[in-house]
Amino acid sequence: MEIRIRAGSRARYWRDLWDYRELLVTLAIRDVSVRYKQTVLGALWAVLQPLTAVILMTFVFGRLAGLQADTDIPYGALVLAGMLPWQLFSNVLNTCGQSMVSNANLISKVYFPRMIVPLAALSVALLDFGIGAVVFLPALVWLGGSLGPQWLAIPFLIGLACLAALGPALLVTALNVKYRDFRFLVPFILQMGMYVSPVAYPSSLVREKLGSIAAHLYALNPMVAVIDGFRWPLCGTPPPVGSELAVSCVIAAVFFVVGLAVFRRIEREFADIV
Amino acid sequence: MSSAIIEVRNVSKRYRIGAAGHGAYHTLRDCLAAILRPRQDSSAGRESEFWALNDVSFDVQAGEVLGIIGANGAGKSTLLKILSRITEPTRGEIVLRGRVASLLEVGTGFHPELTGRENIYLNGVVLGMKRAEVARKFDEIVAFSGVEKFLDTPVKRYSSGMYVRLAFAVAAHLDPEILIVDEVLAVGDAEFQKRCLGKMGELSREEGRTVIFVSHNMTAVTGLCRQGLVLSNGRLLFLGTAREAVDAYLKLAVGSPDDLLEVADRKGTGRARIWSARFLSPAGGAPAVGMPCTMEVELDCFDAIRNLCVAVTVRNALGTPVFHLSSDMTGDIFPLRGGERAVVRLKSDRLPLPAGSYRYALELSEGGDVYDYLPSAGRFAVSEGDFYGAGKVPRQTGGVFLIDARWEIQTLSGQ
Repeated sequence: MEIRIRAGSRARYWRDLWDYRELLVTLAIRDVSVRYKQTVLGALWAVLQPLTAVILMTFVFGRLAGLQADTDIPYGALVLAGMLPWQLFSNVLNTCGQSMVSNANLISKVYFPRMIVPLAALSVALLDFGIGAVVFLPALVWLGGSLGPQWLAIPFLIGLACLAALGPALLVTALNVKYRDFRFLVPFILQMGMYVSPVAYPSSLVREKLGSIAAHLYALNPMVAVIDGFRWPLCGTPPPVGSELAVSCVIAAVFFVVGLAVFRRIEREFADIV
Repeated sequence: MSSAIIEVRNVSKRYRIGAAGHGAYHTLRDCLAAILRPRQDSSAGRESEFWALNDVSFDVQAGEVLGIIGANGAGKSTLLKILSRITEPTRGEIVLRGRVASLLEVGTGFHPELTGRENIYLNGVVLGMKRAEVARKFDEIVAFSGVEKFLDTPVKRYSSGMYVRLAFAVAAHLDPEILIVDEVLAVGDAEFQKRCLGKMGELSREEGRTVIFVSHNMTAVTGLCRQGLVLSNGRLLFLGTAREAVDAYLKLAVGSPDDLLEVADRKGTGRARIWSARFLSPAGGAPAVGMPCTMEVELDCFDAIRNLCVAVTVRNALGTPVFHLSSDMTGDIFPLRGGERAVVRLKSDRLPLPAGSYRYALELSEGGDVYDYLPSAGRFAVSEGDFYGAGKVPRQTGGVFLIDARWEIQTLSGQ
């Protein structure tokens, strides 16, 4: 085994990432066990968080504002089906976005491809999502969802949500190392994001009220296609519009590539800065 | 083609130091502010460069134990970080022909919330073991650490001794071809230190491992390493046997008789000026514990002084004053004529300072008038020695000086 390090050369990067896969697994196990040790409610937290949000939204938008879905399923089910992927997105952005700074001691003491840190952090968000899904998906089916082949889209949509969140997360976590006030941006993005994503309302509302061009602009937010896709089997709403889905996918991919590029650029300085 | 296990070729590392001082991190706000107000304060945005390593080249052969020594800021840690791949060189190239494990910290990656068991896996994999390897050596690691009973206790409840033992147990079971060890690993009690150093020696002797060891502890370097490398201001100053390297380092630590006249950090009327000062052993090298030591101060007197008083304050590496001595305390007062140049010597027959590095301040005065005051006149290193003549080198002392005293026991009662 020979390792040749030349100033500025990064030839081994992807091979290293593969060689360090056991570290990825180990850090993921660490993140998950710490997550469930430090919180009193543990796994319950993954259920309570979306549940309270859904109850509040159902009350405010459903009861007070009188918003209603155009299908015959209850408004609460619509919000729940939107909240699940939204929480996934938000957790990925949050945990991965903080990951580099919270692992600063590791980064300054031992070598490994730094990408492992945000990737390991992904595990926590995915586990939380898994717990939420196990609890809420049967409820949604019972409330009026279907059990058809549309379900096959769900894994793809989970992937799309992760990709859409990882792009900005890589960007944020890299810039966070350099500019510590970057993390204040994340809660802001997430707060705004929930309103520009169809969490509390069906996306068809945008199409009806603002027209097709606006709907495509709206789809620049990749979570539109993800949430529409989740509601397809879960709420019996129509599937995402093909062209809008394409826009969402392209944007998610572009963000991911940009995030990756920025991360890799700043990565080499991480140990010098943290 | 060289068969060296480590090749370092012309490695340089540049750091940029923001004008705000090191340790300060940027904020986005600062950056935006800098863009909006481009040259309001041109010095605030300017970064200064600092070469932590400058064109360093050397080879390490397989099975070698290399000690890296140098003063603080000489570039030791940077070199270690580059060899461990934590940071990249700005220039140059490094070839590592083998699995590298670096121990720059006790228990790298330990998480306080996790149990001893979980941390063994975490730490092991972080240091480069495979999970299966950790599982295979698990029982051995636990036995070595001696914390069996607390395996399922979070390490935040461990005593610091248990924590260090567990961390070292993992480190001792690494199986790298190249082991990079920082002296911080040698924290803890003397017993543990001995075990650490013993284990390292064992690794290289019996298993042909290559070890790179950074330390301030000259005894450890000469005892453990065959080869020594001295860094000074980012440059490779000396590479040779460990013994020669330690000598070279100590000579360096004595400090060149700098022209103290150019030191700007001084106060006083200037009636007399110190232009050079040093602490020396009789042989002209660095002073050693328990050995004779002389401080020499060379000064110029510009105007006649009737009662010159020379004073020195010595502080240890932590900045604690160790002693202050002025010549009028001892009743020595020196008359000097204008235009005279003189050397004042302060002699100790048995230096009571523990090994380490020291800084000193010097003052020339008469009555209440300060003629020359140098708050940081220079520094010197004291190398280890057998103060009590007991055949032992005190590795660490709890205090700032070694008391010249004897123990006695007198039995008062009983058969």
